[in-house]
Amino acid sequence: MVRPRQDDTITMDTFLEGVWRDNPVFVMLLGMCPVLAVTNSVLNAIAMGVATTFVLLASGALVSLLRNVIPRQVRIASYIVIIATFVTIVDYVIQAISLELYNALGAFIQLIVVNCMILGRAEGYASKHKLGKALVNALGMGIGFTIALLCLGSVRELLGNGTLLGFTVFGAGFQPWVVMLLPPGGFFVLGAWLLLFNWLRERKERAAAQVEVAHGR
Amino acid sequence: MTAQQQVQPAPTVTSGAMIRTLGGIAMISGFLVVLVFQLTLPVINENKRKAIEKAVFNVIPNAEVRHDFIITDDGVVPASDDITQGLPIYAGYDKEGRLAGIAAEAAAQGYQDVIRLLFGYNPECECITGIQVLKMAETPGLGDKIITDPAFRANFKALEAKLNSDRNALANPIITVKHGSKTAAWQIDAISGATVTSKAVGKALNNSAQKLLPQLDPHMRTIRQSAAGDRRADDNGESIKP
Repeated sequence: MVRPRQDDTITMDTFLEGVWRDNPVFVMLLGMCPVLAVTNSVLNAIAMGVATTFVLLASGALVSLLRNVIPRQVRIASYIVIIATFVTIVDYVIQAISLELYNALGAFIQLIVVNCMILGRAEGYASKHKLGKALVNALGMGIGFTIALLCLGSVRELLGNGTLLGFTVFGAGFQPWVVMLLPPGGFFVLGAWLLLFNWLRERKERAAAQVEVAHGR
Repeated sequence: MTAQQQVQPAPTVTSGAMIRTLGGIAMISGFLVVLVFQLTLPVINENKRKAIEKAVFNVIPNAEVRHDFIITDDGVVPASDDITQGLPIYAGYDKEGRLAGIAAEAAAQGYQDVIRLLFGYNPECECITGIQVLKMAETPGLGDKIITDPAFRANFKALEAKLNSDRNALANPIITVKHGSKTAAWQIDAISGATVTSKAVGKALNNSAQKLLPQLDPHMRTIRQSAAGDRRADDNGESIKP
């Protein structure tokens, strides 16, 4: 089970990888199911983001600690059991905090188990890095995921209901775009955000290419 | 490096090690889940109790005290953990111990998922005095108007649910009618744009009332006296004190 030595220093990039460069939603397009399903209000988006971040952190920590014990052949099964454990814990804790919130999130709490982002992080990062680094990276990923959910949730709640976190933003004369709260609205808003992010990235790349050309001359 | 990579996939791990690892992880998991379950159980039960309490007092105006009963084949008995069969109902009493109304659950398939609601029934006017949605997954902005729309909620201030002369069914089944065409006291005026959800509410109430009220009718005395019995006990207690 000897793996090549990795650089163990925790840099800003360890954290920012998930927040920006490899944002799980906008760059890697992972975990789309909760992203589209529960972002019809800001509160749901925050709750889902926090729950997923907790599961990411806890499962990342345990996977990282056990990385030299788990045989390769049974690693996926082990990760799934670990993730499912923490999801069940989150499930009970949310029920204890607020039944209303639990009902609003519906089956999507249990479905965190199959969020490919978490399994992907366990397999691709936590199982190869020391505890500290795995935790920092998981926190970054969780925050990146929460930000992405918030991006979608705020736009959808604002346009679809005229409110933000339950407070009325537009006056009574505002006719809500109900479609924004329905599944198609999720796709529209996600598409619009992806367009924006890809445009930004492409512009940056083009600028970098131009600098290279200029230097080449 | 290449040599190492070639060696790695070789079966160096015995089945015993795999079983031990998975078993160990499963044990840690089991321990954690049971721990959290035990810790949160009282809070979750308290939350559920509060939610029902709030809903019951919400659908029965003037209710101050609540008693739970279960309708079984043998009649109406006070709720206890031993009785698992039967239909649970919640009776609300006012300050003087008079029966203010009875709340029961109803459910029907809505647009997306089953809508579960609690309704209050007043035996004096033989009408439904309020509904509270317990669980639903209707479309936000359309179906969820059954909670927020004041015009729709006005249907349930006094929705008629009279029994027929044989006391075995409703005289007039509760029915949801198209928006703006309500003519009788047992009709529910649908929300325009949320017809399926409105109809589901009507269907849930009708099914539940058709089943519950005939069963309940012969036992009204027992339920009325339940609070009176309590009050007598209280009076006795007070008379001893001085």
